[in-house]
Amino acid sequence: MLKNILSISTSPYLKDKDTTPWLMFQVVYSLIPVVFVAFYYFGISALITTVMAVFSCLFAEWLFDPTGNRGWSIKNGSALITGMLLALTLPPGFPLWMTFIGGFVAIGMGKAIWGGLGQNIFNPALLGRAFLQAAFPTAITTWSSPNGDLLAFRGTNLALPFFQGESIDVVSGATPLSKMKFDRETTDLSDLLFGNTSGSLGETCGVLLILIAIYFMVRKIINWRIPLSMVISVTVFSGIAYLINPEVYPSPVFMILSGGFLLGAVYMATDLVTSPLTPKGVWIYGIGIGILIVLIRNWGGLPEGVMYAILLMNSATPLINRYTKIRTYGH
Amino acid sequence: MDTNLIWIFVSALLINNFTLTYFLGLCPFLGVSSRLETAFRLGLANIFVMLITAICSYALNTWVLPFAPYLRLISFIIVIASSVQFVEIALKKFSPELFKALGIFLPLITTNCAILGLALFSTNKGYGFVEGIVYALGAGGGVTLALVLLAGIREETRLTNVPKLIEGTAFNLIVAGIISMAFMGFAGLFSA
Repeated sequence: MLKNILSISTSPYLKDKDTTPWLMFQVVYSLIPVVFVAFYYFGISALITTVMAVFSCLFAEWLFDPTGNRGWSIKNGSALITGMLLALTLPPGFPLWMTFIGGFVAIGMGKAIWGGLGQNIFNPALLGRAFLQAAFPTAITTWSSPNGDLLAFRGTNLALPFFQGESIDVVSGATPLSKMKFDRETTDLSDLLFGNTSGSLGETCGVLLILIAIYFMVRKIINWRIPLSMVISVTVFSGIAYLINPEVYPSPVFMILSGGFLLGAVYMATDLVTSPLTPKGVWIYGIGIGILIVLIRNWGGLPEGVMYAILLMNSATPLINRYTKIRTYGH
Repeated sequence: MDTNLIWIFVSALLINNFTLTYFLGLCPFLGVSSRLETAFRLGLANIFVMLITAICSYALNTWVLPFAPYLRLISFIIVIASSVQFVEIALKKFSPELFKALGIFLPLITTNCAILGLALFSTNKGYGFVEGIVYALGAGGGVTLALVLLAGIREETRLTNVPKLIEGTAFNLIVAGIISMAFMGFAGLFSA
């Protein structure tokens, strides 16, 4: 009886309704339109890649559950997000067995060995993709163009395990970034905005990602400072390079709309676990990512650098946290 | 000339990072990275020893080795180790502050593979005196960067529930591998 009247607890007493699963599922719902756009442009292979990545992430999460009560940590939805994000960073014609390995590594190496959700240093989805990029460099840079055929598989989707597979596509299209890098050829702004270019599944449609970013910032689901500082630093640094030599270096607008920049800025860099804690630290983090993106894209050997930029800044996050501690009042 | 020096520096610092790309000097990398402050000091000591190495290996390569090429490895090891010891003694006398900061680490890393690697790489690539110094600064800076990153992460994970199964060296190696994977993004930088 006494229990019902008297509730004894420690601070904090004012609580928000936000819980981890609530937050995670907000992100999952926001990813559904992105997956649908990917389906619209890349057909059934977008869906099947997403399903496979989600399945392998959930499987790894179930297998490596730290609580000893298998299936408990699946319910917070973080593995679901990792799987969807991983799928959205992969090319449409990526072999499914490689996708499975990527998802397994993303959860196993990105989260389980660190002790589970909230304790990892690196973004799991990007870690899985970096692993795939290191292990299968050819498959992950073979892009198929959107051709409006919804029910056809792309590229080497159906390759047997441990085989490279024969490509189903007749032509494979270069992404806007590699066209820029290797042929100095720009892509139409409207194609970049609406996603009618080849590229990874979820990164092509700029408008949708910008809308999601605005929604997230208004709802305070992501820290608005991270995308803003990334956009500012990419604009400034690529703008300087563009002003010096517009023949060689792409314009800031192209830098922001092409490749994985928007997807990374909205979903990966803003990962609550792997981004710094203080406002000052977050600015340093975002600006650092922007500098690294411009560095790798403009002067690096690879056309795309968003993934590496975010992973590198993730590895510096403990140091940033350490040196941007907020002074407690009275100290 | 100037761009070449910058390229040598950036290449040793990021692209061909001694620790993360060549996997040289892994024992201090794993052994002394549990605290940020000691890791940073080890990094500084590394830069210091690498500078001495660059000077020694240039001198040896120009004046001794043309007459006795078979002495290459052994002369590098002996001359580098002993000159670092000499510098250490001098340091103890003239700058106790600096000795306190670097002292204990100097004997630890003089016979490290990263040091010998630096001597061999810079003579193989035919670097002159200035280029050798710049290369040593870049390589030492790269080692320091890797050490500081790993130490930061390791300090952070001291409070987390890393599974008992892989705690310790196994975990540190995996983390080092992940950082090394992130550094792959620098491949081919400034080469076009």
